[in-house]
Amino acid sequence: MEVKGQMDFDELYQAIILDHCKRPRNRGTLPPPATYGSGYNPACGDEVTVFVRQTPERGIEEVSFESQACAICTASTSLMTTQVKGKSREQALALQRRFIDFLTKDTPEEGLGNLQALGGVKKFPQRLKCATLGWHALEIALSGTDREAATTE
Amino acid sequence: MNFPGLADKYRADFPILSQEVNGHPLVYLDNAASTQRPNAVIEELARYYREDHANVHRGLHTLSNRATALYEKARVAVAHYLNAKKAESIVFTRGTTEGINLVAESWGSRNLRRGDLVVLTEMEHHANLIPWQIIARKTGAILHFLPIQGDTGAIEWSELAELCRQGNVRLVALTHISNSLGCVNPIKQVCRTAKKYGTVTLIDAAQSAGHAVLDVEDIGCDFLVFSSHKCCGPTGIGVLYGRQELLDSMEPYQTGGEMIVSVDWHEAKWKLAPHRFEAGTPHIAGAVGLAKALEYLESIGRRKIEESDHFFGTAAAERLRELPKMRLLGPVGDRAGIVSFQLGTIHAHDLVAFADQYGVALRGGHHCNQPLMRKLGLMASARASFYFYNTEAEIDRLVSVLRDAAKYFGD
Repeated sequence: MEVKGQMDFDELYQAIILDHCKRPRNRGTLPPPATYGSGYNPACGDEVTVFVRQTPERGIEEVSFESQACAICTASTSLMTTQVKGKSREQALALQRRFIDFLTKDTPEEGLGNLQALGGVKKFPQRLKCATLGWHALEIALSGTDREAATTE
Repeated sequence: MNFPGLADKYRADFPILSQEVNGHPLVYLDNAASTQRPNAVIEELARYYREDHANVHRGLHTLSNRATALYEKARVAVAHYLNAKKAESIVFTRGTTEGINLVAESWGSRNLRRGDLVVLTEMEHHANLIPWQIIARKTGAILHFLPIQGDTGAIEWSELAELCRQGNVRLVALTHISNSLGCVNPIKQVCRTAKKYGTVTLIDAAQSAGHAVLDVEDIGCDFLVFSSHKCCGPTGIGVLYGRQELLDSMEPYQTGGEMIVSVDWHEAKWKLAPHRFEAGTPHIAGAVGLAKALEYLESIGRRKIEESDHFFGTAAAERLRELPKMRLLGPVGDRAGIVSFQLGTIHAHDLVAFADQYGVALRGGHHCNQPLMRKLGLMASARASFYFYNTEAEIDRLVSVLRDAAKYFGD
């Protein structure tokens, strides 16, 4: 029996999400002078740390992450790393805003590429934090001052 | 063990259970978070508001008298349920959490001194941990944790006697049944040991009050706390049992109306317990509903409920153990009706979301046991918790949904 709830669920856990959860891209740490930022979700204990190596001239040269988190959080962060590599800091932050607006304000998906796959989260508001945690960590990493404890609260 | 089959007789009393969730019959396995309510309780709440409500203890009119009588009758009912000698030992609170905060603040701030030990276990719920952290900071008392051994939750209790013998343990506060490990702690022996050395005891009965016979005289505890919503009663109300001389020696927790004997511009005098601790208009309907819930549980029989819990916990654990890559927490043999686990590398939130699509309600997270989960090397775990209205077929549904989840998220 195909029911609405199940369709929403399969939309949430699309193949690309499951793929990035099982085989995360750019997993690992980067040594200094790379900077990092951590995100923590106190509701479930999920943790993500994002590392970036950037220069003013060439933007984000390297990006990686480590996570102990659910499929949505890990996949969203993994997808993020594939998208921001090679972008300038400003471009990466603009993408972050566009992505969060897409999930929270239902703005168009233009320019989001495969991040669209996370659109299923819109029907599961309690999972919104999962999808955005890595992005908050990225913002901190990009600020260039190593900091812990961004929370999505 | 044979299936006790209480659901055959009692499941129909719970209207909420006969619904579909996401196109599948609901399998409610989140009873450790909150149980459901039988018609008897739902109807009693409606009846109270329809017929008897007014404020308590102050009106002189008929409705106020009726409400007061019902509220105080509920106190007597709770005292009977716990075999407390006096109804004055029963304080109505908002729940287990408020009960422990009350004791920590009102008893702890007066009785704890620098260097005193407060002994807890590593399996305490945050509600039986953080209030003691705060009061330890204020008084200079030191928290000591009895360690658990591995995933089973076993505790070497002889350490407690040793600590007490050394002399400065002022309080032991522990859970009766662990909300994440499902183990049952030997509270009677703990209280006997503590009493020998004049150590005060508090039992967190949140997971046992609706599930087992609790006799405070037999247990020998000084304080015992529980929540109504985990034993078929309304939310927003709970119980603190305290030995009366202790309660009467404690300062109020909150102040205001209802709890005073006389008030002047610059000072006030309080009533004795329990009213000293019930400032403001209490949750009258909650107390009335709780009394009805306890009456309902007694009509089934708590020994039968306990036997049923242990059947479900033990049987579910055995079945789950058969799944590949299953890591089960809690005791290996007999256990209460709470089973927490980690299935392969699947995150508990993904697992709970998956199960929900098939109508199976589980809990996923740290279960308000963050330090414990960290010690076990887990960020979170999934939990199935049972009550007497669950059926044997629901264990099958649980196992089958977990098998499907393993395939869905599998490596």
